[in-house]
Amino acid sequence: MKGMSLIVKTITNIVIGFIFLYGLYIILHGHLTPGGGFAGGVIIAGVFVLKYLAYGSSKAGEKKSSIISSVFESVGALLFVGIALLGLLLTGVFFLNFIPRGTPLHLLSAGIIPLCNIAIGIKVGAGLFSIFLALAAFKYIMED
Amino acid sequence: MSIIPLYFTIPLITAFIIPLLGKISKSLVWIVTTIVSFALFILALYGVTLTQETSMIVYKMGNWPPPLGIVMAFDSFSALMVLVISIIVFTGCFFSLRYIAHYTGQWKFYTLYMLITAGMMGIAITGDLFNMFVFLEIAAISSYCLVAFGVDAEELEASFKYMVMGEIGGLTFLLAIALLYARTSTLNLADISNTIQGNGMNSFFWMILGMLLFAFSIKAALVPFHTWLPDAHPAAPAPVSSLLSGIFIKVLGIYTTARIVYNIFGLTRANAPTFFNLLIGLGLLSIAWAGLTALKQKDYKRLLGYSTVSQIGYIMIGFGIGNYYGVAGAVFYILAHALGKGLLFLTSGAVVHRAGTRELDKLAGLGESMSTTAWSFRFGALSLIGLPPLVGFFAKLFIVLGAIKAGLLWLAIIAIGLSVLTLAYLLKIENNVFMKKGKMAGLKKAPFTMRIAMVFLVIVMLLTGLGFQTLMNFIVGPAAHALLRGFEYAQLVFGSFALNF
Repeated sequence: MKGMSLIVKTITNIVIGFIFLYGLYIILHGHLTPGGGFAGGVIIAGVFVLKYLAYGSSKAGEKKSSIISSVFESVGALLFVGIALLGLLLTGVFFLNFIPRGTPLHLLSAGIIPLCNIAIGIKVGAGLFSIFLALAAFKYIMED
Repeated sequence: MSIIPLYFTIPLITAFIIPLLGKISKSLVWIVTTIVSFALFILALYGVTLTQETSMIVYKMGNWPPPLGIVMAFDSFSALMVLVISIIVFTGCFFSLRYIAHYTGQWKFYTLYMLITAGMMGIAITGDLFNMFVFLEIAAISSYCLVAFGVDAEELEASFKYMVMGEIGGLTFLLAIALLYARTSTLNLADISNTIQGNGMNSFFWMILGMLLFAFSIKAALVPFHTWLPDAHPAAPAPVSSLLSGIFIKVLGIYTTARIVYNIFGLTRANAPTFFNLLIGLGLLSIAWAGLTALKQKDYKRLLGYSTVSQIGYIMIGFGIGNYYGVAGAVFYILAHALGKGLLFLTSGAVVHRAGTRELDKLAGLGESMSTTAWSFRFGALSLIGLPPLVGFFAKLFIVLGAIKAGLLWLAIIAIGLSVLTLAYLLKIENNVFMKKGKMAGLKKAPFTMRIAMVFLVIVMLLTGLGFQTLMNFIVGPAAHALLRGFEYAQLVFGSFALNF
């Protein structure tokens, strides 16, 4: 629970929002610029890891976080498969890009690809954070 | 709406729903998994009927045409593999209810179980080499976790050993894919096949084939590369041992080898006799070496693990013979061994569940107290040994017929002679555990769901044995023909694309 020094905590407080925003940017612009769901998800997971390292944590907090992150991980994966399956249900082709593509190089374009990126971002962010928790809090999680 | 992508999406979705359900109720997870695996079984039967009408169903993922996009190529051989996977997955799932009860984190087991199913289904129906690698890794990584599921020292050691060996195979496969992609500029199996057909087999392609054979031999646990299996398969929970030994190594090792050798590289005994003799050699070595080692084992499941390595040798011989009877025998053997060894590992699970030990010396007198388990074991063992009218007999018969037709009389004699080994090591279990009178005679019967799972497999085995002619005409025969088509595979994949597009 103790965490690191006041300097680290203050700096973390300042940068954490920017890093999160940058992660969101990378995810949302996945179809336009380099990056995408995986890279953005890793950055977002980094936010939570940074918060944990700077502030420390308790047994209860870690348990709660591991449950929440595993739920988000499942939801992300289900969203991704759901988008793919929606193509199968609506048009008869699995993974068909059934949404109109729009104008290239605009934020709202490329059909289902931004949606897939968001789903991957959730999955990867939650997944990597789960891995971090599994390493850090492994003895509490194993008790379940 | 085509059903082809459902084979791997249904288990995949279930795998990700289970962690959410697991937070609500434990029994709900089992119910959902059982329903899903039964639905897969029904879908697999429907898939078999589909392949009766069209010899090759090509499904374009996201409607991208073949050389660019990923295709699913579903033919009779895929249909047979999907059917066998779904049978073993269904019985294993039914068996798991009581067996898994004493582990913590049960929903994790079912998540991994469904992921391994998705991976195997994907390998069996994909028509893209890199896609095959991805599914292979999904299945393999899930299996590493499942082997370590008990998290005892023995299980973790087995899992680590398995992971190191398995990843050497997996990475060799990846390297082979990279080299092949550099040369042919395509990852589509049919397109690679066309390139090979155009260039002929040069030394580069032989090197690739060698690397692939090495990778798949590790996955299939053929003898020089088998050392991980006798540790890994016994360490896993019994329903998983049944899945791993029954079908997993066949999908990852045997199916991939057969598909690539016959359909992609277009090899036949006529144009590559040395390579086919190598397959026969690997097969014979596996049968003899692992069979002899199995005789010395003192652990129920470890003996069965060595038996699996030994039996895989017969399948390899069948593919190495390379004529219709040999290939049909090998395909039949995949089915027969999946049912037989799946059943034997389930009986081991029932015995371990009640007696709490796997050592043959300590187990005695279970024949009276666990009669269903004992009789299930006897049926499974007799099928593996090859006694008519059980399904194992017909599988061996076709392999022997194939050897005689190919003019390899010595091979036929050796193959029959070596099945004495099978009889010997399975009798050792029968004698020690079920025939001998002993202090374990007072144990309770196996739980009801376990008995249902075992009896189901016995019934399937009897039905496949008695109805072997029907099976031959509708499932095994077409599967063998699908392999012996050779380069025609590529034409079928691209041909149906031209019709649909």
